[in-house]
Amino acid sequence: MVRMTIEQYLPHHPFLAGLDEDALALLARCATLVHFAPGEYLFREGEPADAFYVLRTGRVALETRLGTGSQVLDTADADDPGDGVVGWSWLVPPYRWTFDARAVSETSAVSFDGVCLRARCEEDPVLGYALMRRVVGVMSTRLHSARVRLLDLYGGRP
Amino acid sequence: MVPRRFRVASTRRDNHDTLTVQLEPCEGGPLAFAAGQFTMLQVFGVGEVPISISGDPRGSGPLQHTIRDVGSVSHALAFAAPGQVLGVRGPYGTGWEVADGKGGDVVLVAGGIGLAPLRPALLEICAERDDYERVSLLYGARTPSDVLFADDLRSWAEDHRITVEVIVDRGEAGWTGRIGLVTQLIGKVAFGADQRLALVCGPEVMMRHSAVALVARGVEPQRVRLSMERNMKCGVGLCGHCQLRELFLCLDGPVLPFDRLEPLMSRAEL
Amino acid sequence: MDTRILTTDGLQALVDALHARGFEVMGPVVRDGAIAFGRVRALTDLPAGWGDEQEPGRYRLHRRDDPLLFAFAAGVQSAKPLFFPAQEVLWRVRAGDGEASPTVELTPVAVTAGEAPVAVLGVRSCDLAAIGIQDTVLLRRTYGDAAYALRREGTFVVAVTCSHPADTCFCVSMGTGPRPGAGPGPAAPYDLAMTEVSDELGHRFVVEVGSDRGADLLAELVARGVDAAEARPADRVAADRVVAEATARMGRRLDTDGLKELLYAAAESPVWDEVASRCLACGNCTQVCPTCFCTDVRDVTDLTGGLVERERVWDSCFDAEYSYIHGGSVRASTRSRYRQWLTHKLAAWEDQFGMSGCVGCGRCITWCPAAIDLTAEVAALRDEGGRA
Ligand SMILES: Cc1cc2nc3c(=O)[nH]c(=O)nc-3n(C[C@H](O)[C@H](O)[C@H](O)COP(=O)(O)OP(=O)(O)OC[C@H]3O[C@@H](n4cnc5c(N)ncnc54)[C@H](O)[C@@H]3O)c2cc1C
Ligand code: SF4
Ligand code: SF4
Ligand code: FES
Repeated sequence: MVRMTIEQYLPHHPFLAGLDEDALALLARCATLVHFAPGEYLFREGEPADAFYVLRTGRVALETRLGTGSQVLDTADADDPGDGVVGWSWLVPPYRWTFDARAVSETSAVSFDGVCLRARCEEDPVLGYALMRRVVGVMSTRLHSARVRLLDLYGGRP
Repeated sequence: MVPRRFRVASTRRDNHDTLTVQLEPCEGGPLAFAAGQFTMLQVFGVGEVPISISGDPRGSGPLQHTIRDVGSVSHALAFAAPGQVLGVRGPYGTGWEVADGKGGDVVLVAGGIGLAPLRPALLEICAERDDYERVSLLYGARTPSDVLFADDLRSWAEDHRITVEVIVDRGEAGWTGRIGLVTQLIGKVAFGADQRLALVCGPEVMMRHSAVALVARGVEPQRVRLSMERNMKCGVGLCGHCQLRELFLCLDGPVLPFDRLEPLMSRAEL
Repeated sequence: MDTRILTTDGLQALVDALHARGFEVMGPVVRDGAIAFGRVRALTDLPAGWGDEQEPGRYRLHRRDDPLLFAFAAGVQSAKPLFFPAQEVLWRVRAGDGEASPTVELTPVAVTAGEAPVAVLGVRSCDLAAIGIQDTVLLRRTYGDAAYALRREGTFVVAVTCSHPADTCFCVSMGTGPRPGAGPGPAAPYDLAMTEVSDELGHRFVVEVGSDRGADLLAELVARGVDAAEARPADRVAADRVVAEATARMGRRLDTDGLKELLYAAAESPVWDEVASRCLACGNCTQVCPTCFCTDVRDVTDLTGGLVERERVWDSCFDAEYSYIHGGSVRASTRSRYRQWLTHKLAAWEDQFGMSGCVGCGRCITWCPAAIDLTAEVAALRDEGGRA
């Protein structure tokens, strides 16, 4: 059964590793398995942020639309420990996506329902805190990456 | 302090601002060097700057430098016409000593033009590939079209079992690779052996962050080696310019272990 | 050869003998209101009856009411420029025709061509120690400085005890004076060392021998009938008294205890900000310091572009260009440059060369337009360290 598969899978993902069985069981109840073909969008800027993705395989690009086309700002990779997740807008009002997310390669993920996740976190602050620490970890890596890249270290035209 | 004369044999354009220049000696034999060493290269009448050797330390072919055109001297070097005579002093400085990694895993982390000084180390590994366990090259570039040595990258991955990961600051149309910081890749390096050696070359900020991430991955600080850049006028410890507190980076470096550099890199403007 | 006594006539005979041996004799002379090194043919070229007053940011000569020849402290420059000129051509290149020509002819410039070997008369003890330091920095290295080696090789050094230290002097703290010979690192390299004495027994020089060449020269004087008697106990006592009085009159002191650790630990001290608020980053201190060795190079091209000379010039760590790499200066602030200068001189030097880079001559204090005094800055860092 799909649900069983998810429950078995969750502890193996680096993002969720270390959560206890009860917590994982609670989370599994919010989860479904999803697949995206290359080029397919996980979500688009402005849409309600109703999901959180833990990548199993594949690579997802976070993009923003410019007047002149799309610009990729970051990629998330299934095999990056602690980084293979996409989306935190489900956590913060107004719960809307601030970027597009597009599969670059064949991607499979566990998708968590945002409303369900928020409810579990409210009910169980210990779980909420554990989840929040993990999300903050990813955010801090991405923020660091964005800040350092702002320095344009490898240099453009002087 | 008197340079040897070398003649430009050929030049190859690597990307929009970087060129590789091949030099033949006007007299005498080829210049023997160790991977990681640099020369003081000069265009007569323009000036002299330190440039790492990017060729094969085992080969007897032309002397190779990969030069990013950022100012007057580097421009004159990169665009020297075939036949033009340049001055070469050296080779100077410490090398990567990559052979210390034999029997264990080696990670090379390059940022931007920093891949050029690491190239001789990679070629050295390829020549004796079986003496090393897992070898990974993590390479950060500005954009996909800034990526240097594309043919080498392919060959290292396909012919020499080197895990090559390229990550760029900003994507471009058609790029399906990673976008982000090279330091992010350090977390996912697959180590097989307990003995690990890391060689890092790039902008100082990138090297600092990489070294910290490598140490966090269990590489001993004295086995994380960085190649430091400072203003260098003499290359031989006499002009004073390259000092980092007690170190003459031209003589004691440019390649130094992180345990030696860490206290010095953690102070601004030292 | 024992310690000998020379009269002023004897000293003149010594200068003559050096000339006869082919040396260009350089010694202290009065030039532009200060003591500097210049050619000495007769003792009258020396600053007889001149003394100096030095304070932070101030230097004045004054007349003395005695005929002493060496009664002043450190002059504007040490002997450094004699071996390590502020500007010199390393090599020339002559291009056949135009810049892309394959016929580039490189010629190293023979530094000593046309230069007579130098005999330096009256090198004060601090400057003697500085020569020893420069020998270490420029010769005893992986790559030595060939030009310096050539100039130093043939040099004859006549040192002098510093009898009249200035308000800015602290050689005693640095172990480099006032008597020649004491000093950090390898033995101070003199051939003869003299102490000028003037008392009831007369105006004379107590001369000690430091090398075979020195002994040989004295022996030649004796053989030629020059009055160069063996020193009597009274002469030695008189010389010791000069040293003792000078030691007692030392204008400043620098506590060198644990100095390296102090400076390394003080990298983030607010004291640097305070100095930086006064320092003009003019680099005067580095220009007058007898141990500063930093240089820059530049290519000088003639109008046709056919001849290029590579010129080496003194440089200063206070200059913005000094630490420039593509993108900017590593040391952009004056704070970091003063810290670099002081930390290198008093701390990093020890790690690099096994000795301090300061001989206590006080020149950097005297010639600083902002009257910055390194002994005071070190004291401030110590206080700061004590408070922390
Ligand atoms: C050990 C070492 C190895 C290097 N290897 C390479 C390499 O393989 N490829 C490459 O493209 N670059 C390399 N560099 C950097 C290269 O030396 C500089 O880009 C170059 O000096 C810039 O000179 P410029 O005149 O073109 O630039 P400008 O910005 O016009 O510089 C003006 C002057 O400042 C000095 N200067 C500026 N930047 C540097 C610098 N980074 N290091 C030392 N002096 C500098 C030079 O004297 C130069 O003439 C290396 C630097 C070091 C220290
Ligand atoms: S630092 Fe100042 S006192 Fe010390 S040797 Fe140099 S000039 Fe003289
Ligand atoms: S300390 Fe004095 S002499 Fe030295 S750079 Fe500063 S102002 Fe100039
Ligand atoms: S480059 Fe001159 S001392 Fe290092």
